[in-house]
Amino acid sequence: MNIPITESQLKILRALENQDTTITFDDPLESDMVLNMGPQHPATHGVLRLIIRLDGETVVAAVPELGYLHRGYEKLAENMSFHEFIPHTDRLDYLSTLANNVAYVLAVEKLAGIEAPRRAQFIRVICAELARLTSHLVALGTMVMDTGAVTILLWAWREREKIQDIQDELTGVRFTTSFTRVGGLAQDMSDASLSMIKDFIQQFPEKLIECEKLVLKNRIFIQRCEGIGVISKEDAISLGWTGPNLRGSGVDHDLRRDNPYLVYNELDFHVPVYNDGDTLARFYVRLQEMRESVKIIQQCLEKMPQGPIHASNPKKVLPRKENIYGKMEELIHDFMIVNFGINPPVGEVYHAIEASKGELGFYIVSKGEGVPWRLKIRSPSFVNLQAMPLLVKGHLISDVVAIIGSIDPVMGEADK
Amino acid sequence: MNQRIVEKLQSHFADSIVSVNEFREELTIVIKKNDIVKVCQFLRDDDELKFDSLRDVCGADYYRPEGRFEVVYNLYSLKNKFRMRLKVRVEEENVHVPSVTCVWQSADWAEREAYDMFGIIFDNHPDLRRIYMPEGFEYHPLRKEFPLMGIPGSLPLPRKN
Repeated sequence: MNIPITESQLKILRALENQDTTITFDDPLESDMVLNMGPQHPATHGVLRLIIRLDGETVVAAVPELGYLHRGYEKLAENMSFHEFIPHTDRLDYLSTLANNVAYVLAVEKLAGIEAPRRAQFIRVICAELARLTSHLVALGTMVMDTGAVTILLWAWREREKIQDIQDELTGVRFTTSFTRVGGLAQDMSDASLSMIKDFIQQFPEKLIECEKLVLKNRIFIQRCEGIGVISKEDAISLGWTGPNLRGSGVDHDLRRDNPYLVYNELDFHVPVYNDGDTLARFYVRLQEMRESVKIIQQCLEKMPQGPIHASNPKKVLPRKENIYGKMEELIHDFMIVNFGINPPVGEVYHAIEASKGELGFYIVSKGEGVPWRLKIRSPSFVNLQAMPLLVKGHLISDVVAIIGSIDPVMGEADK
Repeated sequence: MNQRIVEKLQSHFADSIVSVNEFREELTIVIKKNDIVKVCQFLRDDDELKFDSLRDVCGADYYRPEGRFEVVYNLYSLKNKFRMRLKVRVEEENVHVPSVTCVWQSADWAEREAYDMFGIIFDNHPDLRRIYMPEGFEYHPLRKEFPLMGIPGSLPLPRKN
């Protein structure tokens, strides 16, 4: 379509030609822009900072920066006894506190060579699976919210609230549980908490289906997730990925089944694996895992025996409070354990569990003292985040939030 | 499985192995520092062992006159569902270790962390920067001589009004 040029426009054009002016501007597709995302960005799930180089709206490169929540737990651990460190494990992955407690005491028990009684082991499995549910519910809600749907967040947090109430009844606190002890648990499971857990797992699968109905056929959600942030099987293994993220890339690996700890070898559950390796696959894995967790809790409640919840090893396991007041030996043991620690033998152990984000391991070096000589936390979020530059490359800036949501990092754990 | 790994390594790298230790059924092999990349490559590519996943790299400060630092590699074989640990000893005067980022990508951040916390320098690492502590921080906090309370004035903090 030809628009006739008016007389006045012609005048301007001639003036420009005569005066040798050149209009210069930067082509937005050729000059890159650096965008600083976080550490105070709501979609980065905590204090993750991403420095992104953009070409228009496409990500050219990304560099994650950590350390905004670094509290030096590994240094603190070297200066406190094994029992004193249990509350600090709550603050690692603060969305699944119970699983962290379980992972830590299992490592200490392996080092000290003691084993918790069967009832305690079943309760620990229930704890770990409840923690997985809380963590996956948050992952589900926030990831869907990052792609634009707010309803699921509220519905998922309603369910999560019920688990917090269970934790309140079971451990005495809603959030920072510190429930496990070396050789046992802080307290036995009460009848009230038992019936609360029963009620919860009874109604939870239905609520999960309700949530699913909102997203699984939602075109906006599927299009925002499908084929986004794809990672190949080989890359995922080489990057050290574990947990739901690895299973989203088609690797059939689950520590609960492959290297069973506690009583997982007696329980029957299925490990969901998806092959696409994209954001949607990781989302589906988490969704299916919640169903398996419900199944595991159900079986634990059926199989859980009656009996003691503390190992019988007075030199290593804290005595019951009611016995300290009445028995001399118990008082002495309590004094020794609290003041000098449990003194495991010289050696080093690494114990890992399948936590909600992946392999959560504790590497402990002992010199036979009451405090660990070195304690290293192998946190899944830290390792999983390493793949960010690879995942976001070539995607739009709006996909970055969906990808962060799909790998589900918790900065308390990544920064330690 | 432990036996098999030790046998295999001994037949290929008899000179590289310093010591073999087993505690709580966990295998730990100490390797000479300069052979670590070679040994790691073998463990990853060997069809029988196939330690394809490096789960963790961490440093440790033993605070002793010889071989003060140790770098610990936690390996996992997805095929055999089996773990093992490799270790190298590092002297205080020469804190250089060859990087294994060319073998496993996951070594990248883990080695940066070991550098940040212990000052162990990984040669041939693509991007050896501090990961937790700010750039320009002079100390390495997980060394045993670093005090628990920190060093006053070493961290630039925002001014209070």
